[in-house]
Amino acid sequence: MTFVAKPEVHHPQLPLNEIGLNRRDYEGLVSTLCAGCGHDSVSAALIQACAELAIPPHRFAKLSGIGCSSKTPNYFLGNSHGFNAVHGRMPSVATGANLANRSLYCIGVSGDGDSASIGIGQFAHIVRRRINMLYIVDNNGTYGLTKGQFSATNDKGSTSKRGVPNLYEPIDLVSMALDIGAGFVARSFSGDKGQLVPLIKAGLMHRGFSFIDVISPCVAFNNHNGSTKSYEFTRSHAASVVAADFVSPHEEITADYGPGEREVVEMPDGSRLHLRKLEEDYDPHDRAGALTYLQQAALDGEVVTGLLYVDSDGTDCHEILDTVDTPLSVLGEVELCPGQAALDGINAGFR
Amino acid sequence: MTTYNDFVIRFANVNGSGSASANGMFAKALFRMGVPISTHNIFPSNIEGLPTWFEVRASGRGYHGRRQGVDLMVAMNAETFDEDVAVVVPGGYLLHDNSGGLDPRLNRPDVNHIGVPIAKLVVSEYTDPRQRKLFKNIVYVGALAALLNIDFDVITGMVSTQYRGKDELIGPNIRALEIGRDYARDYLECPLPIQARRSDAIGDRIMIDGNEAGALGAIYAGATICAWYPITPSTSMAEAFEKHAARLRVDKDTGQHKFAVIQAEDEMAAIGIVIGAAWNGARAFTATSGPGLSLMSEFLGLAYFAEIPAVLFDIQRVGPSTGMPTRTQQGDVLAAAYASHGDTRHPLLFPSTPGESFEFAATAFDLADRLQTPIIVLSDLELGMNENLSDPLTWDDERRYDRGKVLSREDLDSIEDFGRYMDVDGDGIGYRTLPGTHPTKGAFFTRGTSRDAYARYTEAAEPYTANMDRLLVKWQTARTLMPAPEIGSRRHRVGIAYYGTTAVPMAEALHYLAQDGVRLDTMRIRAFPFPDAVADFIDAHDFVFVVEQNRDGQMRTLLVNEAGADPAKLVSVLSYGGLSITADTIRERILKHFDENNLARLTEVSGGQARRT
Repeated sequence: MTFVAKPEVHHPQLPLNEIGLNRRDYEGLVSTLCAGCGHDSVSAALIQACAELAIPPHRFAKLSGIGCSSKTPNYFLGNSHGFNAVHGRMPSVATGANLANRSLYCIGVSGDGDSASIGIGQFAHIVRRRINMLYIVDNNGTYGLTKGQFSATNDKGSTSKRGVPNLYEPIDLVSMALDIGAGFVARSFSGDKGQLVPLIKAGLMHRGFSFIDVISPCVAFNNHNGSTKSYEFTRSHAASVVAADFVSPHEEITADYGPGEREVVEMPDGSRLHLRKLEEDYDPHDRAGALTYLQQAALDGEVVTGLLYVDSDGTDCHEILDTVDTPLSVLGEVELCPGQAALDGINAGFR
Repeated sequence: MTTYNDFVIRFANVNGSGSASANGMFAKALFRMGVPISTHNIFPSNIEGLPTWFEVRASGRGYHGRRQGVDLMVAMNAETFDEDVAVVVPGGYLLHDNSGGLDPRLNRPDVNHIGVPIAKLVVSEYTDPRQRKLFKNIVYVGALAALLNIDFDVITGMVSTQYRGKDELIGPNIRALEIGRDYARDYLECPLPIQARRSDAIGDRIMIDGNEAGALGAIYAGATICAWYPITPSTSMAEAFEKHAARLRVDKDTGQHKFAVIQAEDEMAAIGIVIGAAWNGARAFTATSGPGLSLMSEFLGLAYFAEIPAVLFDIQRVGPSTGMPTRTQQGDVLAAAYASHGDTRHPLLFPSTPGESFEFAATAFDLADRLQTPIIVLSDLELGMNENLSDPLTWDDERRYDRGKVLSREDLDSIEDFGRYMDVDGDGIGYRTLPGTHPTKGAFFTRGTSRDAYARYTEAAEPYTANMDRLLVKWQTARTLMPAPEIGSRRHRVGIAYYGTTAVPMAEALHYLAQDGVRLDTMRIRAFPFPDAVADFIDAHDFVFVVEQNRDGQMRTLLVNEAGADPAKLVSVLSYGGLSITADTIRERILKHFDENNLARLTEVSGGQARRT
């Protein structure tokens, strides 16, 4: 971890976003994770994405479970409230938070131990309820805080630091999310900021449940030869199928695309997502096709990254429950209490 | 000699035979005649086939507890016939279906047999097998109307109301009632010496179960989020919340809902949703029973330590483990009081009546917000799932929700030094901020790990112990806010303490005991942590009976641990077989204690002043 105090002085020429804030306004405390930890790159990508989206920093709610990944909400968006819940139970806390105040942008950060083992039940159920949030798993295949046990996302045969192979089949959270109905599913790599930042922006703007599985190597326990979650392995085996470029509502399209190479997906807030197919046969709107593709790629030892699935007409839990537009948390007696007159009628019904 | 409005009638049925609605109709008919009644549904954990009983007690004196012995048994279940015959009081009545002749097991010469050929009567009237099965129940209700002298118009009126919109069912139901009534009138000695008679003893009271009353309380208290996992006997509370909210909480213009109900994947998720919602500013609750409370324990520790309001209704059933899921007990007192690892304590509320379930639901939300901690309402199956008489539910329209110490954006603008866990007011309660309130002030990281007054992570001993000690200060504040015990007369040297549904048979038990020469001062405990009055009451008496429905005397333990009570002064009166405690049981145990210890029964303090120890 770093012992250097964060400088208080800002560079005077840091660029300002549309609401007059710079990148530093979206930062948090200094990380206490190991130097080189992939999770810090994910936090950095979150800071950049949120700053570029120009959302006021206090309009986010950050949720996490327990583990290295779950410490990270302390390291970005220092002006928003965060909630470090109990192990594996972030999804339920996020569900409650989102139901209470639908006007906040909800970011959940979890790990592979948190979401694929102790919290796999809660993970499955938040997906099917379509809670409107961005759910990131910092996936390193290992339990860092307890010093290097295999997690459930670790590939069979991948070895520990001492060379012992993992004997059990891996759980792929991306396939699970696709299977249960997530509206936005992506996989990325903490070492590929160019891919990750637009995915985070798109995931935040998507209405419904957005899931990004980020391969985020553990430099302390799972970055050696023989590990399939190391920087080197991920770099050499990652294959991006669909690149996503996020375009905010008023932004001009500057990227130069060849004809037929891109597809525009309109987001609820007027922003657009430009999808570029890097793999000709891949259709990011075909849930079943995506699952098949992922399974074949896994057999071939390939790590598929990019935007794997997006439902252009996303729905969320509030729409399913048909709740009022006003956040439930701000309703008071006038809106909520039916009063004695109504109670008289209720009493009569019990006579 | 004819007695009026004073009998226990028990229906012995087969689960799934459609008896519940017929038996409910019978009870409601008495209620509509103004007869004070209480009902007890003694049902199996089963969909179809196992025995089930429904008991109605009419009591002109207004005794609503269960009473031992059955005056009239409606024995409709061949499987339980033996035991059903056995519990009829000498001189009582047994109504049975004699279509197949006299059951040889009917071996009680001291019981009056009332044979009605129910199956034969039904077969000759109806051809549809399903109707034959259902209308057997209606036929015996018709016969009972004649036997007990119940206004027939009241019952037929109820049939018309119940099946409004399904008019084709009204005629056949009324016909079945008439068949039963006519048979009784033509072939039986009718009416019996135990009878119903119109009364004005009910006044404006209503008949409601505690779960529905509690759900309405949650609606009135402004709960917007209910997260729950199905478990008997709490399920009907969440379902009642959803049912009433769907009517009472709809935006007039858009039709959209001002509430959200989530049937969670398990109890851990249910309480997690509640905690997340409360953290983000909404009033939220869950309803569960013992096994669910066990599963929620980790989260309850988080909410205690991170200081997040939450409301939990525990509708207790028989434990440990799966226990008896459809029987009643007060077995979760200690588990609820100390739920979770580490030093944790949670305030508890103990409603005794449906009206109090409504009131305490509202109290619980105010206390949770004020104290920033989980509040557990300890109801039980007896209260939650049985319809009983209750004063009408009332709400003071002037009442405002107490949302506790929550800082607004303007508040934060004027505060220089904000620390979430600072004890600014000396009551142990810090100031909360809600997510999204202020662009640059008041944000903090909520966590279950140790932190200082500014919510900053620390593993240092001093800030940790300071925080834990502040939580004790808050606990003392809680003691001053909890509902006070209800204390009866203060004239005797011996007292009796009870809580929740052990209060139900108490008036009757005290009446019997007075006849036996035993007079006791009474204290109904309504909340934990105990207000000072609880310890004062114990101090002021030579000894105090503590009546509860569990094996280990859990409230007694809590009184010793938390009210400083001398264990030697607390005498347990326990009943834990799964059926609610009766006045007879209380009376027997207390008399036994006096006799075995050679104590003088009259314990009145001379001069009318309680002796203080």
